[in-house]
Amino acid sequence: MPNSKSAYSFSNKKEKFDTHIIVVWVDNEAGVLARVVGLFSGRGYNIESLAVAQVDEKLKISRITIVTTGTPQVVNQIKLQLRKLVPVHKVADFKREDKAVIFKEMALFKIVGPNNKLEGALKACKKYNPVLLDKTKKSNVIQITALRREIDKMSKDLKKFGLVSVSRTGAVAMTRGADIFK
Amino acid sequence: MSKLYSGAEIVFKCMEDQNVDHIFGYPGGAVLPIYDELQNFKSIKHVLVRHEQGAGHAAEGYARSSGKPGVILVTSGPGATNVVTALTDAYMDSIPLVCISGQVPTHLIGTDAFQECDTTGITRPCTKHNWLVKDINDLASTIHKAFEVATTGRPGPVLVDIPKDIQFQKTKYKKPKKEKKLNGKYHNHFNQNSIDHLIDLMSKSSKPIFYTGGGVINSGPKASELLRELVYATGFPITSTLQGLGSFPGDDNQFLGMLGMHGTYEANNAMHDCDLMINIGARFDDRITGKIDEFSPKSKKVHIDIDPSSINKNVKVDLAIVGDVKTVLSSTLKSLKQKKSKFLKSNKQKTSKWWEKIQKWRSVRSLDYIGSEETIKPQYAIERLYELTKDKDSYITTEVGQHQMWAAQHYKFNKPNRWMTSGGLGTMGYGLPAAVGVQVAHPKKLVIDIAGEASVLMTIQEMSTAVQYNLPIKIFILNNQYMGMVRQWQELLHDKNYSESYTAALPDFVKLAEAYNCVGIRAKTPEELDDKIIEMLNTDRPVIFDCMVDKVENCFPMIPSGKPHNQMILGPKDQESKKITGKGKSLV
Repeated sequence: MPNSKSAYSFSNKKEKFDTHIIVVWVDNEAGVLARVVGLFSGRGYNIESLAVAQVDEKLKISRITIVTTGTPQVVNQIKLQLRKLVPVHKVADFKREDKAVIFKEMALFKIVGPNNKLEGALKACKKYNPVLLDKTKKSNVIQITALRREIDKMSKDLKKFGLVSVSRTGAVAMTRGADIFK
Repeated sequence: MSKLYSGAEIVFKCMEDQNVDHIFGYPGGAVLPIYDELQNFKSIKHVLVRHEQGAGHAAEGYARSSGKPGVILVTSGPGATNVVTALTDAYMDSIPLVCISGQVPTHLIGTDAFQECDTTGITRPCTKHNWLVKDINDLASTIHKAFEVATTGRPGPVLVDIPKDIQFQKTKYKKPKKEKKLNGKYHNHFNQNSIDHLIDLMSKSSKPIFYTGGGVINSGPKASELLRELVYATGFPITSTLQGLGSFPGDDNQFLGMLGMHGTYEANNAMHDCDLMINIGARFDDRITGKIDEFSPKSKKVHIDIDPSSINKNVKVDLAIVGDVKTVLSSTLKSLKQKKSKFLKSNKQKTSKWWEKIQKWRSVRSLDYIGSEETIKPQYAIERLYELTKDKDSYITTEVGQHQMWAAQHYKFNKPNRWMTSGGLGTMGYGLPAAVGVQVAHPKKLVIDIAGEASVLMTIQEMSTAVQYNLPIKIFILNNQYMGMVRQWQELLHDKNYSESYTAALPDFVKLAEAYNCVGIRAKTPEELDDKIIEMLNTDRPVIFDCMVDKVENCFPMIPSGKPHNQMILGPKDQESKKITGKGKSLV
């Protein structure tokens, strides 16, 4: 008998992974996030980031934004499997490169150090609309909104200014222009 | 003011309105209020099992053989965890189940109370949906919705977890509402263009094949009728998955037998070489496709399925029709009659070469085995069982393993809903409790569990249930003292290292039958087999039939792992004869 000792076949196919942003509208009920996240872990899909909050108080609808990677076939499965969940109303999906869609993440940076360092940090963040949320003699909390890779970069760059703590959200997304997600 | 009902009463009122006549269950602390009400609802009969897994499989057997959802009632904690295997089994094989479980009172949830477990958390990945009811006012609508979710679209199991305090609280009862649509989860909107496209592909094909699955059965008996009509109207060959057996007559000339890992030579080769594959209600499972990269390389593929997520999941298809099999088949037949009324005639010529090729594959006789006069060959036992029962409208369940495959190969089914087997999950211990459920749904019919001695021991306690309710199920054990399929894989793939696959201390099944107060019959030789089977069939009580078979028989043909359809291993008879003529090597 040939090499395989498994009752299953193996795949050596290497396919290209794309990054997709999946937006899911769900009933805001107990366990709904676990259903969505459990679907990803149970079927071996990736989650790079996750953002979720109720967006319609009256209808109790939450909007979940998930950044994921996968082959086109896997991304298609993610959408179809999500649509099967009972509390899911609709699912939208777009590639990260999609120019018609804005997506942003928010980060909070805590800098501790002497005044010149604090100022340096604020200056370094200038490109990303920094908001000074808290200020003491020894510390700053700076908020920025930017792309994932920009925040990645800032988290590295701010180290030299005395960055002690980073807190960041997952990406949220919105279409440009008058169109909305369908 | 309308009457107030307790939560426990509402559970049964919902069941009444959902036309439930049998429930399978086991009482316990957290469902006692519900059990207390049972006596007040005479139209609902409770079947007391011996283990909650048995309740689950019995409900599956009931559902599969009757087309109605199976209903389970279990307590919290271990009651719920014991039913998880059956729920997962039903999820994999798309069987509608509604499981009602008790839960500790709401104020104790999260405190690690006695017999508390996170039931909705545990069953989330093995149900279509589940609910924890924390408000008595939601109870009726939740249960009605549970029945709707279980039975619409691609069917499956659901669970409603009801804390004990909710069972005591009172409120008004709400009748089921005809809901507009279930959140868009039910898909039956294909357009005529797809049907036209299908007919176009069919008329162009010279090497077509229908590949049908459990979806045909799930779509109801009408779907099987339409399938037969379509197959006869086209003259195309047809093969079926394990779950689809019975939707097309097993003894018909157009039927090539089951396909897949232990499918026939003709079915698998036809799948590999066809130019048009029409998948109706099957899901390109890995036991079916073999090596996926080399799966039917030259064919156009059509996939008819009610579940959009089944499309392009494992195999990319050229035409997808998302819809209920019955509706799609009916539209296809209508269009076929309108547009190509002489399809059969005009197509006969075109597919004649294809049929010749199929006949050649058929002549290999891949299900043949070497007979014996001393020991009972398991295939022979199934053949005899079939011959002696084919005139009765019998229902067959199985456990999981070699006996299951032999049953699928050698027992011919002519009607849908007559074949209940655990395919997706492959649950040993499924068949006996499933037979209990089938017999409950069809008290007058012959119900046989074709079993292996290892599998059947996993749920043997349900014999006690069968005896209690006078369910004359027949447990036909092909006893080879091995976990046969494990042993076969070890022989073929693990250098005959039979690690832990032999059961050294089996019970005496005849005495075991007597202990359960049912009938035990043993057959040791081929000579006495027929008489013993007839004795079994003439016994109007539950029977355990211990059929002592060849211990080392392997199940062939077989697609080895990681191989495509056209590289099957054939049985020993063929391998020997081929060795002599020198032609066998290409087949192995």
